[in-house]
Amino acid sequence: MIRLKINGIDEDVAATTIAQLLAARGIDPAARFLAVAVNGEVVRRAIWGEAAVNAGDAVEIVRPLQGG
Amino acid sequence: MTNDPFLIAGTPLKSRLFIGTAGYPNQQIMLDSLEASGAELVTMSIRRISLDTYSGSLVDLLGDRCRLLPNTSGCVTARDAILTAELAREALATNWVKLELIGDRETLYPDVEQLVHAADELVRKGFVVLPYCNDDPVACQKLADVGCAAVMPLGSLIGSGRGIANPAAIELICTRSPVPVVLDAGIGTASDAALAMELGCDAVLVNTAISKAHNPIAMAAAMKAGVEGGRLARIAGRIPKRSMAEPSSPQLGLVGT
Repeated sequence: MIRLKINGIDEDVAATTIAQLLAARGIDPAARFLAVAVNGEVVRRAIWGEAAVNAGDAVEIVRPLQGG
Repeated sequence: MTNDPFLIAGTPLKSRLFIGTAGYPNQQIMLDSLEASGAELVTMSIRRISLDTYSGSLVDLLGDRCRLLPNTSGCVTARDAILTAELAREALATNWVKLELIGDRETLYPDVEQLVHAADELVRKGFVVLPYCNDDPVACQKLADVGCAAVMPLGSLIGSGRGIANPAAIELICTRSPVPVVLDAGIGTASDAALAMELGCDAVLVNTAISKAHNPIAMAAAMKAGVEGGRLARIAGRIPKRSMAEPSSPQLGLVGT
């Protein structure tokens, strides 16, 4: 288990890559219209399978919503 | 209005009415309003997912029928706005962004200093930037100078429905701007949208005035008609204003003279 800050909240997760992190949180990594940033940098979907997450990382997981 | 081309960053847009997707009574009314408005460019926000209720359905519904314009609403720093734009580009596969940088939470007035900085940075990163900005010709010029594809001055405060508070300023911006001008924020009803177009705006962005109207679908149709009427009047060329009456009937041959 590593501790990450996911969308602003500290959480302990068993994951070493972004794809594993999403799956561990019940999010299908193949779902459309998702985007992920780690420590302020967008991580392209194409490398979610390899891109590592490390203890202490701040992860943002976003999707589009209604807006003006 | 089919022969009235409108380009942003070289992309032709069929409708001069842009629509926001927030605050409708329900999703079906939003979709029906979008249809009634004829809008092609539609704004969305980018938000952290709720880990409990993830759903991509809104974009699935909208993606096929319109061009999506993600916004950076709620951002108060250039850094957050830039990251939000980059996340939007990844999520929606578009390099267009409505750049919002809020300097005051009560009025939602733009923070012009950070706005220009963030716009400059995003243009360098390859974005087509449409900034929500003050009704200030100097701010608009600075945004155009850093490469924004359009400027989007406010008519009045976001969601206020107060219409165009300073028509002379909007007209001046339209006269000077080297890029398209989209009136954003403050529209309350169809005549406000028509006035924006009569003042020389290239397009109008409306959200709350439609979504919170008693009948959003009917108001969407009214906005469409307002924008088209205003645009036609602008092209037609209005008469100058006069301080005294000017009779419209002939003055010769009056009965009894």
